Amino acid sequence: MNLTNLTKIALKALNNNKLRCFLTMLGIIIGVASVITMLAIGQGSKRSIREQIAEMGSNMIMIHPGNMERGGVRQDASSMQTLKLNDYQDILDNTEYVSACSPSVSSSGQFIYGANNYPSTIYGVTEDYLEIRKFSVEEGSMFTPQDVLTSAKVCLVGQTIIDNLFPNGENPIGKVIRFNKIPLKIVGTLTPKGYNSMGMDQDDMVLAPYTTVQKRVLAITYLQGIFCSALTEELTPQAIDEITQILRKNHKIKEGEEDDFEIRSQEEMSSMMSSTTDMMTILLACIAGISLLVGGIGIMNIMYVSVTERTREIGLRMSIGARGIDILAQFLIEAVLISVTGGIIGVLLGVGASMVVNLVFNWPVYIQAYSVILSFFVCTITGIFFGWYPARKAANLDPIEAIRYE
Amino acid sequence: MATKEIIRLENIRRNFIVGNETVHALRGVSFTINAGEFVTIMGTSGSGKSTLLNILGCLDTPTSGEYYLDGIPVRSMGKNERSVLRNRKIGFVFQSYNLLPKTTAIENVELPLMYNSAIPARKRYELASRALDAVGLAERKNHKSNQMSGGQQQRVAIARALVNDPVIILADEATGNLDTRTSFEILVLFQELHARGRTIIFVTHNPELSAYSSRNIVLRDGKIISDTPNDNPASAQEMLKKLPVESD
Repeated sequence: MNLTNLTKIALKALNNNKLRCFLTMLGIIIGVASVITMLAIGQGSKRSIREQIAEMGSNMIMIHPGNMERGGVRQDASSMQTLKLNDYQDILDNTEYVSACSPSVSSSGQFIYGANNYPSTIYGVTEDYLEIRKFSVEEGSMFTPQDVLTSAKVCLVGQTIIDNLFPNGENPIGKVIRFNKIPLKIVGTLTPKGYNSMGMDQDDMVLAPYTTVQKRVLAITYLQGIFCSALTEELTPQAIDEITQILRKNHKIKEGEEDDFEIRSQEEMSSMMSSTTDMMTILLACIAGISLLVGGIGIMNIMYVSVTERTREIGLRMSIGARGIDILAQFLIEAVLISVTGGIIGVLLGVGASMVVNLVFNWPVYIQAYSVILSFFVCTITGIFFGWYPARKAANLDPIEAIRYE
Repeated sequence: MATKEIIRLENIRRNFIVGNETVHALRGVSFTINAGEFVTIMGTSGSGKSTLLNILGCLDTPTSGEYYLDGIPVRSMGKNERSVLRNRKIGFVFQSYNLLPKTTAIENVELPLMYNSAIPARKRYELASRALDAVGLAERKNHKSNQMSGGQQQRVAIARALVNDPVIILADEATGNLDTRTSFEILVLFQELHARGRTIIFVTHNPELSAYSSRNIVLRDGKIISDTPNDNPASAQEMLKKLPVESD
């Protein structure tokens, strides 16, 4: 029996029952469209998070003092004074996989310029910090190593600070603002970066030499943190290993004792974030998959009804020479045609819905080729799987009884 | 005319098991039918004529005995082989036409050829339209089955039975659903086909029809009780002329 003829026969049979055919398809259409849309939304948010993390410097490594016990009392991490300047120096000098390194001390307080004031945070860093955090200078220039050595009273300001302290659009370069009682001269402005994926305003900051913040603001000698960059995102684990060894040696931590510092990498965060979105994607896909299953059961149901209803037709076909396998093939082809056509419409609808979501709700969407191919594949399988039993029932009918079926 | 043997039944028995009882539907039926015969098979319900028809049509196989269709032994054949045999050698005409709904006459007639992959689409159309010409429906090829009268539908069904050029046409109460006039019209068609050399077996419970065939076999309780040739069949055409014409 040739497949072309059987396909013609199946098409003809479907054509005779357009409305029912469409209603059966609807289950598949909704199923596939929701799979495509859900995956597009899931993948879209995953990608946008990854992009934002990359923007923050995907090879960034953050070192903070860890909490530890002192005399049986567990101390708060922020009160630890274990990170010293020589830790920073050693990381800078003795590592292979670290490309940039900056100490970090910070303090929050009120910035004042003329009649305007604004609460923000001052970060004490070195000029490497720009590279590590992927910041750039918009106007003016970064402070110099000389400024760091001399604890110069200079700073760079972010866009949010400019907006609040200079609401009239004055040029902030060269102006002197005050943080607490310390006057700081603005030598440059930072290129606006906007909000990050966690909703933090990345422009709400002031950068100054770390020596200035250490001595003039906080009056401390230790570091609150160290920021580093690995050579590449992939080399982050090696860089973390090196840093860990240096710090353990400097802090004289014995084998088996726990670290008194904490190293976090952006890579870690990105995998954490993407595991969250992956989870969401899987969840959404599961819900969508269930609707596809329901659609498949719909096909099975209709095919069963159709076989019973068309018993006489089947009997006739058999008596004029259709073999069992021809009948089986016909009904299977009908089921697959319904599911694949439903699949095609579903894909189109899903892509359309994703675009609507993107335009109307402004959610990032990303349609992956594999989700489209997968949906198609699943549709065909659904058609064959749920069409099989009704088709076999049809093929096994006794032509004598079928032809006289009332 | 060289008499070619189309059908040969040798002591056909067919038993059905219903519950604990064995029902003997056919109890040793033997006959042969030659090419060009128009045979009516008669019997009341329960006489075994339906069972005989099923066996002749290769839809069923006998419990014992042998059946040769066009020289081919059928009893040992599997289901699929019998399907192919039906497709190539037999044309069925049923009491209730059994046309596909919402389907044109030509598509209905093409149907048997769809299951014969040796015949290409163009040839299929050609054969089907020739068969429709032969039953006098040349003008109604593209009418759908539900737009036609009972008589027309039965003509389409006959065309469908003819399209594969079968060795035998099996009609099962082919006039049973039709009024007297239309019945005779169909009967005329069968006689015409017979005149053109077709071999026809017409199964019916209506004794009047035996007058129009060339041979009459009567069954009772699974056995043949009479098998009489009719050398002078009545003309259905003349009978049709005598019928009062309905005003329509």
